[in-house]
Amino acid sequence: MDLNTLWFILICVLFIGYFFLEGFDYGVGILLPFVGKTDVERRAVIQTIGPVWDANEVWLLTAGGAIFAAFPQWYATMFSGFYLALFVMLVGLIARGVAFEFRSKDERPGWRGMFDWLIFFGSLVPALLWGVAIANIVEGVPIDAHMNYVGGFFNLLNPYALVGGLATLLVFTLHGAVYLTMKSEDEIRERARRASYKIGWAAAGMAILFVAYSALRTDMFDKPGVGMLPGIVAILAGLSLVATRLFLDRRREGWSFISTGVAILLVVASVFLTLFPRVMVSSLNPKWDLTVYNASSNPYSLHVMTIVAFTALPIVLAYLAWTYWIFRKRTSIKQVMHY
Amino acid sequence: MDALALARLQFAVTTIYHFLFVPLTIGLALTVAIMETIYVRTKNPAFKTMAQYWGRLFLINFAVGVVTGIIQEFQFGMNWSSYSRFVGDVFGAPLAIEALLAFFLESTFIGVWIFGWDRLRPAAHALAMWLVAFGTSVSAFWILTANSFMQEPTGYAIVHGRAEMTSFGALLGNPQLWVEFPHVLLAAFTTAAFFVAGISAYFLLRRRNVEMFRSSMKIALTIGAIASLLIALNGDAQAKHVVQAQPMKMAAAEAVWNTRNGSAPWTVIAGIDQAAGKNTFALQIPGVLGFLSGTNHFLGINQLQKQDVQKYGPGNYVPPVAVTFWSFRIMVLAGGLMILLAWYGIYLMARRRALEGRRRYLGLLLPALGLPYVANTFGWIMTEIGRQPWVVYGLQKTLQGVSNTVSTGEVATTLIGFTVIFGLIAAADVYLMVRYAKAGPESHEPSPEVPLETAAVL
Repeated sequence: MDLNTLWFILICVLFIGYFFLEGFDYGVGILLPFVGKTDVERRAVIQTIGPVWDANEVWLLTAGGAIFAAFPQWYATMFSGFYLALFVMLVGLIARGVAFEFRSKDERPGWRGMFDWLIFFGSLVPALLWGVAIANIVEGVPIDAHMNYVGGFFNLLNPYALVGGLATLLVFTLHGAVYLTMKSEDEIRERARRASYKIGWAAAGMAILFVAYSALRTDMFDKPGVGMLPGIVAILAGLSLVATRLFLDRRREGWSFISTGVAILLVVASVFLTLFPRVMVSSLNPKWDLTVYNASSNPYSLHVMTIVAFTALPIVLAYLAWTYWIFRKRTSIKQVMHY
Repeated sequence: MDALALARLQFAVTTIYHFLFVPLTIGLALTVAIMETIYVRTKNPAFKTMAQYWGRLFLINFAVGVVTGIIQEFQFGMNWSSYSRFVGDVFGAPLAIEALLAFFLESTFIGVWIFGWDRLRPAAHALAMWLVAFGTSVSAFWILTANSFMQEPTGYAIVHGRAEMTSFGALLGNPQLWVEFPHVLLAAFTTAAFFVAGISAYFLLRRRNVEMFRSSMKIALTIGAIASLLIALNGDAQAKHVVQAQPMKMAAAEAVWNTRNGSAPWTVIAGIDQAAGKNTFALQIPGVLGFLSGTNHFLGINQLQKQDVQKYGPGNYVPPVAVTFWSFRIMVLAGGLMILLAWYGIYLMARRRALEGRRRYLGLLLPALGLPYVANTFGWIMTEIGRQPWVVYGLQKTLQGVSNTVSTGEVATTLIGFTVIFGLIAAADVYLMVRYAKAGPESHEPSPEVPLETAAVL
């Protein structure tokens, strides 16, 4: 395997980490106004992701940095092309980050209510936009011979992309609801469980619809070299969500969390399988696709980055695992809260 | 304004704003780590209270630093895609490494620190803050590695019109990095020192929590005195290096229009007429420039412009001289005042004078809290404006780096959006900072905790 392919896989892994981890804290943010009825309950809800949400977001920053370092042309085309969509996402991420830290620092209900809604929208917007982005990336966007995105903002908003957006939104919300069921107690836990029930079938249904729609709009099921593999992986992701719902019936919360996680992992894997060796698909001319070869840094750069990544990643993963272990207990409204 | 001007303005707004929070994060992490370590060593609970108090202010500041930093990771691609294509090979690596080595470390262990008071042993808990402090400094190192490449490209070759990395060692060994990194790090320590000293002065003037704030003040003045003095020494070395590596920047910073040989005078203030290529007036001290610049042959702007035209082709290679000149002076003046204030405090401490009795001095320390912010901001303005018209010195002009597919309207939209959001965040941040600073160490938090029996019923 060459280094270009290795970095493609590494970036795939970073996105899996990002969607798996930040996926549930987006979900918790979206559920916040509905699951937390009183202020103290809302604080307990935020507390469940308190020690980890900031590190979860770093997966996105690392993925962005890795794309810049390994595939600068991909970074340049995607970030300048999806300009306004990224702006909206950044606004969401900024609002949400500030809101987590500021909401409980003043006791006026108006202040806290405002930040709770910022957490809600700041979590909902990226959860929705990622699906929109994924749909556009696998379907292809207008890219010219000079690797420049030549579409507009509204090019990105089409029915297929909106189905993709709703799919990620529902899946992340479900992922968050199941996480919250695992990490909270009493009333909050009950409400989170009921929310998981309500969202469960909708998320599975929308994900399967997205896969079916993808069969029409992308080469996911007839890709030279890998055939139906990316499509099959995507179907497995949908089935994993059905399993989530079935585990919920049997009150197996841990298993249902694992199955939403597996679904997320498989969706990302399917997207990257569909793409490879492309990183951005041109809808104008297949010759203008960006690939892991024409968009990459030179071999020396990739070599240096590979050494750094394989030295640092095990250490990072070790202390991340340690943190989740330290904070493994359920959150109760009886404990002293930071948020 | 065109898209280029708006993109530049956006970079200035978002980056200067981000850098209002970053130095305090770096410096205060270290300060809080020191305080908590004293607590672990002495088991004196007063130092735990102290670490928690400054830790609360640290967290408010940290949050804004984090969220405004997200934009930085994206905006090179959004507004500067041609730049990203050109240098991504070299420039992307330190950014990715920064995320991997620094962002994970600081974001994870700040969570451990916040939530770990009753889950970890005291020494392990203090270690969490040391890891945060280490992470923030590592972060500064890598982002400055990237910035140093823009100031003084090293370890690259131009292949097919793109800068490709040829030597990671040369990228890290960039002489610019080794004057710039200590400068920024020391500036961060000084920022935290004056932040702590200013707020401590507020409490000492009101004779509230005198014990704790006297100790805080001593820690802050010690850090501030050492760091501010070292910056001056480092700044001198940096200036001498920049005279050699980026002569145009230094010529503009000193407003020297024509090459001076021998012991040239140093210009204190001047009226600058960029169009005419001369100063309308100048207040000068004879013989000092040679000493400061480390050369007896200080190249002037007009001669450097001719050299650059020969080297790079027709064009204007002179940065905005007045901005570079005055930014440099404002930074140096603020730095000088900080050295005086910090060392006067050390003098008082050495004479065993009670700091809380020195009301006039304390009264100065409170507004002096703003000095590091002034120095940090104008230092960056001098560095970045003085490099113009280049975005990567000698390799790519700023004009060539901008995204060519992003419209003026789009850049204007994001510029206005970010500016409004940053304004609102600034208001909330200042409100909370003032409130939590004034609340003092006693109140763990302004809102009363829900009593246990009520909680049990809910």
